[in-house]
Amino acid sequence: MKEELFISGRDIPNIDPFLNIWHWQIPIYLYLGGLAAGILFFAGIFTILGKEKEMSTTVKWAPFLVPGALVIGLLMLFLDLKHQLFFWRLYTTVRFESPMSWGAWVLMFITPLSFIYAATYLKEAVPSWKWKYSILESAERIAIQYRRALAWVLIVLAVILGIYTGILLSAFNARPLWNNSILGPLFLVSGLSTGTAVIMWMTKDHRERKIMSRIDLVLIIIELFFITHMIMGMLAGSSVQIAAAELFLGGQFTVSFWVFVIILGLVFPAVLEILELAGYKIPVAIPALLILFGGLVFRFIMVEAGQITRYLY
Amino acid sequence: MAIDTRKCVGCSDCVVACQTENDVPIGFCRDWVTESVHGSYPNVELEIRSERCNHCENAPCVRCCPTGASHIVEGGVVLVTGNKCIGCGACIQSCPYDARYSHPEGYVDKCTFCNHLVSRGGKPACVAVCPTKCMHFGDLDDPNSEVSNALKNRKFKVLAPEAGTNPQIYYLT
Repeated sequence: MKEELFISGRDIPNIDPFLNIWHWQIPIYLYLGGLAAGILFFAGIFTILGKEKEMSTTVKWAPFLVPGALVIGLLMLFLDLKHQLFFWRLYTTVRFESPMSWGAWVLMFITPLSFIYAATYLKEAVPSWKWKYSILESAERIAIQYRRALAWVLIVLAVILGIYTGILLSAFNARPLWNNSILGPLFLVSGLSTGTAVIMWMTKDHRERKIMSRIDLVLIIIELFFITHMIMGMLAGSSVQIAAAELFLGGQFTVSFWVFVIILGLVFPAVLEILELAGYKIPVAIPALLILFGGLVFRFIMVEAGQITRYLY
Repeated sequence: MAIDTRKCVGCSDCVVACQTENDVPIGFCRDWVTESVHGSYPNVELEIRSERCNHCENAPCVRCCPTGASHIVEGGVVLVTGNKCIGCGACIQSCPYDARYSHPEGYVDKCTFCNHLVSRGGKPACVAVCPTKCMHFGDLDDPNSEVSNALKNRKFKVLAPEAGTNPQIYYLT
């Protein structure tokens, strides 16, 4: 039998014995980014379909959460930087090869646009609201006039943002757990699903809840399908990818992944949604909270487990 | 750079020379010594390697850098511009060799092949100090350079070639 041992005198903080350079800020940011993308995506879709009245929470009220989520997400990104005073360097270059550069620029556009979108419904939310300056009044008129165009732009940016949260990780060839091409779509679907969960939870309209519940059910099924694909792909991959998959199949993340992400975060809420669609009375907070919690745990696990995986030589 | 694993005794002189030459903060290092043991007793084989940034031709750290702080200079050396680096950690994640670290001042730091010495015609500190002369440094494009000659008559390997980075440190085996 052949054995291989590695002995190294190296002990660099956050690098040895396992890479741990990204802490809790990154998964929270990925989560909030996905959530914001999910809400904006459906707000945009139902605006274009002209369903402002029937889907009022989706189109009008849930998007008020988006600017907050994006600003907190950006704050998390900023907190994670080690050379914070130089953060502006992100905006002095456009690097097409770098997913992080893409993400920084998309956030640069989507964050102000999400503020504008929410502002167009501010008067409906707070009837007594008056803008302080007359220029804002006319700006609001223009924004409302072009709301559908804004919705189109937001849909495109939301999809890019949602996929980017996955590609940020999957572009790293050196971390075999992340380095699979399904991670981008998987994070997008997961983000859309957490978005629908928020809308389901917020709405008081029974019909709207039912529609979002159906959409969410489809998203959960797609997500389970993608996760299966991801693990199958890794098991059929090279030795480092097999080792990465084993973190979830008997390794140290097995319990947290299967219990919190798969069962409590996806399968159980899907069952509850099916029961509700079948006519049973189920408090909507339960599936919604489970989906939101499962999505958060999923991102924490992926970020932490991915950093452990590496090339062996 | 070519490193003769049959001559290296793992004394760590290269590590200390680098830390001194480059003012590497205490607790960090830009190069390190790895001992790799193959087989099981009594048929054991030991390989000692002085490792550092591989200055890859297809450097993932340069590709993923969002600000262009990581870059390749003429001659193929991968460098980081400290005041362009935002400390996002993307390059640290992207390196299959874990050759980069976050400097206590915030920016990312790594082996520079002692570019400040080499550009004046000198040798990297680790190469200059090596007591067994197991390291060869030079221009791989020049067929008569020390490093090209070292690679001519010996078998060699690179680390993790499957990572696709085209590393530029060759280990003579």
